[in-house]
Amino acid sequence: MPPAAEPPPPAGPARRVPLGEIFLTFLAIGGVSFGGGVVAYLRNSLVASKRWLDKDQFLAALEISQAMPGLIATNMSVIVGDRLRGPLGSVAAFLGMTLPGSIIVFLLGLFYASHQGNPLVGSVLAGAGAAAVGLLATVTLQIGGKQLEHLLDLSIVAITVLLVSVFHVPLLFVLLTVGPVAIYLYRPRRPAADSAALAEKAD
Amino acid sequence: MSAPGHSNLELLGVFSLLSVLAVGGGTAVLPEVKALTVDSYHWLSDDQFRDIYSLGQLAPGPNMLMVIVIGYHVAGTLGALLAFGGFFLPASILSFGVSRIWNHFEGSPWRLAVQRGLAPIVVGLMTAGVIAIGRTAITGATSLILAAAVFAVLYFGPKVNPALLILAGGVVGFFLLK
Repeated sequence: MPPAAEPPPPAGPARRVPLGEIFLTFLAIGGVSFGGGVVAYLRNSLVASKRWLDKDQFLAALEISQAMPGLIATNMSVIVGDRLRGPLGSVAAFLGMTLPGSIIVFLLGLFYASHQGNPLVGSVLAGAGAAAVGLLATVTLQIGGKQLEHLLDLSIVAITVLLVSVFHVPLLFVLLTVGPVAIYLYRPRRPAADSAALAEKAD
Repeated sequence: MSAPGHSNLELLGVFSLLSVLAVGGGTAVLPEVKALTVDSYHWLSDDQFRDIYSLGQLAPGPNMLMVIVIGYHVAGTLGALLAFGGFFLPASILSFGVSRIWNHFEGSPWRLAVQRGLAPIVVGLMTAGVIAIGRTAITGATSLILAAAVFAVLYFGPKVNPALLILAGGVVGFFLLK
């Protein structure tokens, strides 16, 4: 590494990143990330090693990826690809992110289709499925642990689980009913510190 | 596969709907995936759903690539492509568009309200996802202990690649689950 490495400019990478490099970078992330760990892989690659984004840009992209429906991995690829090279960059990053897993899953699916009656295949998948429950529970608790500390959050979590898991209410209705109520409960009420500062400035 | 052309359209419709409903990601939408593919459309049995979900866990990348196998199961290779495109394109296009106009909302106090309000819903939906897959995958003492062991290792133990634990689960299943 050169001793006086320039920090990346705030507006994005200085040079035009080749589409092939975008594709290969996301291909590497898509090929090694497992079990909900994709954000760490993205940060290592995009911020630390490639320096295509600084920390704040990364967090901003992550915020949008989480707010939108869909998977963080693919949403991030589309957004970051667009930042780097516009729509073609999005396509390159998306294909890279999804290609390795898609090929593997498709081959596994072909194998499964031709061995469906095989009890041994069933046993292996039953074991993998049980292990996956443990993995999902871990990821959920890691993400949601802090939601279980406040009564309001906890109530919203509980109501959502009840509606979906016990009463089998369709997801669309859950989102359209609980969503607005929850947002209303967290509506901006008091003038926040920064808007007070803005008002001061206006004086 | 009674009416192939018909199921192609249904596949595309169902997975496009799931795409825009997937607020909070793959696990959060899992109960709805199961409700539509198993209960409403009868594309899969309970056991097939669990099997295909487990297959998906063995592959790297976004954890809902199993929709490819569901699509293949319903309508062959074209079905696989339709399910993949249906599930990933609408949300991707939405993210693409919104990220370009996102800065207009910079500083809006409602953005924080939306974030804080949706966060516990997402956690609730993810919990429901764990329950949905647990209902088909936890069938007895062995699978329960297996799930608990994986949870304990990941939550309390040293950092392990989760894929190895899924594979280990498959090995344990091979010997102990019949």
